[in-house]
Amino acid sequence: MQVHIEILLIAIITASACALPGVFLVLRRMTLMSDAISHAILPGIVIAFFFTHSVSSPILILAAAGTGILTVVLVELLQKTELIKEDAAIGLTFPALFSIGVILISRYTRNVHLDIDAVLLGELAYAPLSRLTVLGFDIGPVALMVMTVILILNLAFIVMFYKELKLVTFDVGLAATLGFAPTLIHYGLMTLVSITTVGAFDAVGSILVVALIAGPAATAYLMTNSLAQMLFLSAGVGSVNAVIGYLLAYRFDVSIAGTIATVTFLVFGIVFLLIPNRGLLSIARRHLRQKWEFAQTMLVIHLLNHEGLPEALDESEISHLYEHLQWEPTFASKVVRYALNNRCVSQNDSQLILTDRGRTIAEQALIQ
Amino acid sequence: MPNFINILLNHFDYTLIIVAMGAAFLGTVSGALGTYAVLRRQSLMGDAISHASLPGIALAFLLTGTKMHLLLILGAAIAGWIGTVIIMAIVRLTRIKYDSALALILSTFFGFGLVLHTLIQKMGNANQAGLDTFLFGQAATILKRDVITIGILGGIVIIIMLILWKELKILIFDEGFAASMGLPIRTLDVLLTSLLVIAIVIGLQAVGAVLMSAIIVAPAVAARQWTDRFSVMVLLAGLFGAVSGVIGTIISSTAAHIPTGPTIILTATLFVIISITLAPNRGLVWNSSRQRRYNRNLRMASNKLIEQPQQKSE
Amino acid sequence: MDVPKTNAISVMDLTVAYHETPVLWDIDLDVPPGVLLAIVGPNGAGKTTLIKAILGLVRTASGKILIHNKPYEEQRKIVGYVPQRGSVDWDFPTNVLDVVMMGRYGSLGWIRRPRKNDRELAMHAIEKVGMEKYSNRQISQLSGGQQQRVFLARALVQDSNVYLMDEPFQGVDATTERAIVGLLQELRENGKTVVVVHHDLQTVSDYFDWVTLLNIRRIASGPVQDTFTSENLRETYGGRIGFMKNR
Repeated sequence: MQVHIEILLIAIITASACALPGVFLVLRRMTLMSDAISHAILPGIVIAFFFTHSVSSPILILAAAGTGILTVVLVELLQKTELIKEDAAIGLTFPALFSIGVILISRYTRNVHLDIDAVLLGELAYAPLSRLTVLGFDIGPVALMVMTVILILNLAFIVMFYKELKLVTFDVGLAATLGFAPTLIHYGLMTLVSITTVGAFDAVGSILVVALIAGPAATAYLMTNSLAQMLFLSAGVGSVNAVIGYLLAYRFDVSIAGTIATVTFLVFGIVFLLIPNRGLLSIARRHLRQKWEFAQTMLVIHLLNHEGLPEALDESEISHLYEHLQWEPTFASKVVRYALNNRCVSQNDSQLILTDRGRTIAEQALIQ
Repeated sequence: MPNFINILLNHFDYTLIIVAMGAAFLGTVSGALGTYAVLRRQSLMGDAISHASLPGIALAFLLTGTKMHLLLILGAAIAGWIGTVIIMAIVRLTRIKYDSALALILSTFFGFGLVLHTLIQKMGNANQAGLDTFLFGQAATILKRDVITIGILGGIVIIIMLILWKELKILIFDEGFAASMGLPIRTLDVLLTSLLVIAIVIGLQAVGAVLMSAIIVAPAVAARQWTDRFSVMVLLAGLFGAVSGVIGTIISSTAAHIPTGPTIILTATLFVIISITLAPNRGLVWNSSRQRRYNRNLRMASNKLIEQPQQKSE
Repeated sequence: MDVPKTNAISVMDLTVAYHETPVLWDIDLDVPPGVLLAIVGPNGAGKTTLIKAILGLVRTASGKILIHNKPYEEQRKIVGYVPQRGSVDWDFPTNVLDVVMMGRYGSLGWIRRPRKNDRELAMHAIEKVGMEKYSNRQISQLSGGQQQRVFLARALVQDSNVYLMDEPFQGVDATTERAIVGLLQELRENGKTVVVVHHDLQTVSDYFDWVTLLNIRRIASGPVQDTFTSENLRETYGGRIGFMKNR
């Protein structure tokens, strides 16, 4: 039982730690940097591993985070040459670094406890096996401790530099003129992403860490317009995904990290469909509701535009509407009925005449 | 070229030639198609497609129980294609930007693939090696019939690309103008994405999902530095892709325990590094010497300007 | 208004909306053949959308558009289009001649490659815009004005009857602006119809003979001297044209 609770705790804390910087990456359109960093840190991990022989030593985390920063710098340098666009620069840098890492592992760490699959895929189920002992007391899984420290670090950075982060995210130019050193904030954020990724790869691996960073933040982005709320929602969604994912994975005995990622997609999909105002369903419903309203407005504006002009008789002839507006005849007659019911137009033989109400609607629509 | 084949024949065995041929084919196709992706600033689309193809491969295996190359490729293509469609839909229908949609689909599809993979493992008729090949590529597993599959699919991709050459070119250069001429840009767009999907899934076996994006991007970026003509760029990118494929495969097969993907990618990266430093006109060396020349001229000119008034005052 | 048969472009009751937000409301517009027409209006007035709607590039909610009395789909080959310069990536690996040649693609149709004849036509158009020295130049090495000339040459090579141009004076130098105006006027002299989205109110009466004032709806349209009045401008721009002297 304790193992379950420990795994759940690790999952929740890892998810929250990833979801927080994810918000800024999503808003700053830099989400793919997390993909790049999570792959590119591999050579850093391997080289540090040669010296430390432990996958969760602080030195290894720092070395890997350093490689993460190096990736960011490399991508920016490549872009500065103006020979390569940003997306291509990212797409070149991380595979090259990752390739070096893979070759190092396959050449020199055979039979050592550093498995390429573990780095790429992680295995949450094994995370509680590695314990942190202080003076002979077992104080919990190493991964739990590491991720808690990283979560606190992320929280501290965001709380301390909230105003700066907000400004840099929404208006880099203004941030620079106000002296808030956007570059510094940028590299601070990238350092956090690197550290978080390294800390998390042990549990979930470097591909699925991207799901933890991008998924909850993207989901939260659909739910709110406020940055503060988005941070809370992102961490919340991340945690919920982690819990559901773990429970399902346990039930069906499949990859935990994989299931969490799958749940991340499903939860995103559900929010994408159902969220009020921005969801697909409410957009469709609004579309349907506004369709007739909009068509009626088109009709009254059409009548107003030709009112009192020589062609007015022809243009207001019901049977000619479909030709003038290029509407299907059935659609045109439905719109006419809708407008008659709303007393926006009145009918005189086969002619449509604008009522005062209809004229007001048309004029208001035109001024807006 | 025949000389090169002779050397190959003398030094390497039949299997390696088969494998190198496969790598050359897929390098050509992904290099050429990569040109379109890079010029449309969709370099990382390849990353999404290759990762998103994992559940397709796993499902194809679960449903049919075969390890037939073509069926797995088909599964990979369908999943990769669905992934790109969802990315496009998210971008079109929500406030979420392209990069986030891409990262989301890439990682969650891959995660779902992993779930399916653990299911397959439980059934006991597959081993971890299958996943490793998918992730990092193992060109040694390429058989003669795989090369034929790669050749035929790649050939179809290249032929379609050539037939619709001017239509696809104007689509990626000026979509609005293309539409005004009556070209069905949505259809062409879907077609181009489908070609990219095929180029990627035929490369998975040799290069692996994690690194596939680079064999799409690197040859095109390298080629761009040497030419200002689109046709030459496509040609060069195909060539760089093929050479990277062959060299990478040979290196990987001579040194033990190295998957093919990383060696192919590092070879292609080397092409990029050489190209951005040394290529005439655009290369960094060329540029900096031009800059130095310019600075020297500027200095001389300004020195003259400074000297002149002094002479007057004397 | 009673002679629509001869109009180069007739727009009838055109409404365009993005997600139920109207961009153009019930536009009626008749462009007689052989005029040089400026579409003028504030930002967000729907000028570009109007051009794109005429070209069938955006979905319309209502209305009908005819080019010389036939729908656009049948008249594609007699319509030339100059998109905004910023709509393409000028770092694309191609040169001036190649871009201009794209103007021939429409009449070539599917699959067929351009031939010597197409190349000659393209070179002729390049000479026409004074870019013959640059025909092999990579397009990223052109100035803004030169890029605009290239786009213009691409439209010329389409050998159209009706030209639709989206801000051809955007970011060009004074020399190029004069050269472009000269070309547009020459097109008009040859009986072509030229519709231009234009920003600079000061030059409207010098450059154009017809004007359409647009702000989501059509405010006015007609010969410049009758239509380009301060009253109409005030209606188009609201109170925001203090800098315009009374005309």
